[in-house]
Amino acid sequence: MISIYTRRRAANFTIMSLSLLATATGLIVLFLILWSLLQHGLPALSADFFTKNTPAPGNVGGLLNAIYGSFMMTVVGTLVGAPIGILTGTFLAEFARGSRLAHAVRFINDILLSAPSIVIGLFVYEVMVVRMGHFSAWAGAATLAIILVPVVVRTTENMLTLVPASLREAAVALGAPQWKVIVMVVYRAAMQGMLTGVMLGVARIAGESAPLLFTALNNQFWSSNMNAPMANLPVVIFQFALSPYADWQLLAWGGALLITLAILALNIVARMVANWSTFGK
Amino acid sequence: MTYEIQPIETPSRTRPHLIQMPAVDTPAPSPTAEAKDQAQPKVQIKDLRFYYKAYEALKGINLTLHDKCVTAFIGPSGCGKSTLLRVLNRIYELYPDQRATGEVLVDGQDILDPRQDLNLLRARIGMVFQKPTPFPMSIYDNVAFGVRLYERLGARHLDERVEEALRRAALWDEVKDKLRESGLSLSGGQQQRLCIARAIAVKPEILLLDEPASALDPISTQRIEELIADLKSDYCIVIVTHNMQQAARSSDYTAFMYLGQLVEFDTTETIFTHPKERQTEDYITGRFG
Repeated sequence: MISIYTRRRAANFTIMSLSLLATATGLIVLFLILWSLLQHGLPALSADFFTKNTPAPGNVGGLLNAIYGSFMMTVVGTLVGAPIGILTGTFLAEFARGSRLAHAVRFINDILLSAPSIVIGLFVYEVMVVRMGHFSAWAGAATLAIILVPVVVRTTENMLTLVPASLREAAVALGAPQWKVIVMVVYRAAMQGMLTGVMLGVARIAGESAPLLFTALNNQFWSSNMNAPMANLPVVIFQFALSPYADWQLLAWGGALLITLAILALNIVARMVANWSTFGK
Repeated sequence: MTYEIQPIETPSRTRPHLIQMPAVDTPAPSPTAEAKDQAQPKVQIKDLRFYYKAYEALKGINLTLHDKCVTAFIGPSGCGKSTLLRVLNRIYELYPDQRATGEVLVDGQDILDPRQDLNLLRARIGMVFQKPTPFPMSIYDNVAFGVRLYERLGARHLDERVEEALRRAALWDEVKDKLRESGLSLSGGQQQRLCIARAIAVKPEILLLDEPASALDPISTQRIEELIADLKSDYCIVIVTHNMQQAARSSDYTAFMYLGQLVEFDTTETIFTHPKERQTEDYITGRFG
């Protein structure tokens, strides 16, 4: 008796310590990244940073064109990808649960989820860039949308599956047609999780650089033309961080900090919106 | 085995498909409440069989439910009483593996007919579940949810309807100052009364209660039972319960089920004072089940 109990306590202690160690490792790495970002990036955040375009080495400049480009491509990518992802996830969880088609769609979605983003960039390069004859922000946004879709499909399906069947039954028992059950009850119950899923997707695409190299390319100058190459933060960071010029490197640090802060802010806002929309009238 | 209870004034009808048991020869069951003087058959269930995949969960049920009466389904776990309840609004249709055969006539119309519109059917037949299921929205919107599905009411009429439903569910005084707060903020007993308010706000004809008080404390249970007694004057109420005292207290008729069959159906008074079947007696006296 005693020995079993002692052994259990030892096992419990060991597992607990390992879990704590793993958590601590993750957190420490995260804080180290945040710390170095703040340390190197904060000095870059000046008025020029937000109001001037990417400079030639040695000149005064900022990241305005890259900020704008990243913003536009992320927004367009999200507006295209999120509805597709949410509707597909809804199809899997609400309409096709357990069917053969659902298994096939889920399997393909998982493959897409784990596909290297550079492959998706190459795909869009072949399908859009080659046919259009030039790089463009549209192609960049399309790439980001394709990367976003599987993330949103997966989280939407998972979150909808977590909504208890009793809630659906209660709505159905009042005579609600299926679409109203889904939109007015199930979506509300799963709102927070679904928004988190979209946010995860946005965070993922906002930092993508490899696929944009093939599609939106980059642009040293200001451009708001979605049909032309457009600057974007990840590619600018990539280019500037590897350059030998100290002022470019500083801008790269600033850009990295900006993406991180933007995603953090987005997450906070999304959570607030989710809380509010669950309770409001 | 099948019993057919005739309300007192209803002349005896011949139903060749119903096996008339000798027991029916005994004097007609006497009503326990004056309500049964006006009792009309609301639901007639004929040779109902129910299948979960190949498993037969209901093995030919014949039963009549009367309007403005409370009918209780009792029996041990797995006897099919919840299944029977779930046939009455065809909610089992949510699950492709489940199916029912036979006839369930509501006001003479077979609701098992594939052409029956399920949403309209469910709007006529309200249901309250074992666990409270408030929707993730405000108390007001919870109650208004069903009303908004089928009626276009102005703000004032909708307000009135919501208040009326909450009053009948004995919840109004507790929530009238916080109608905009989430339904999830209420206690378990309040949530269940909210669900009852939501079900009666649409003015259904039949109210199905699936162990509505089993997750509640005694005081909440008492309130729910008082509520059932109050609602009886307007609805045909069917209640599934594990609690024998609850069945005895709140119902006019009781159906005892066992292993997918209806063992005995009679007025609650008869079932609890001199049941005809040995199994019924054993169950209500606690010798098995």
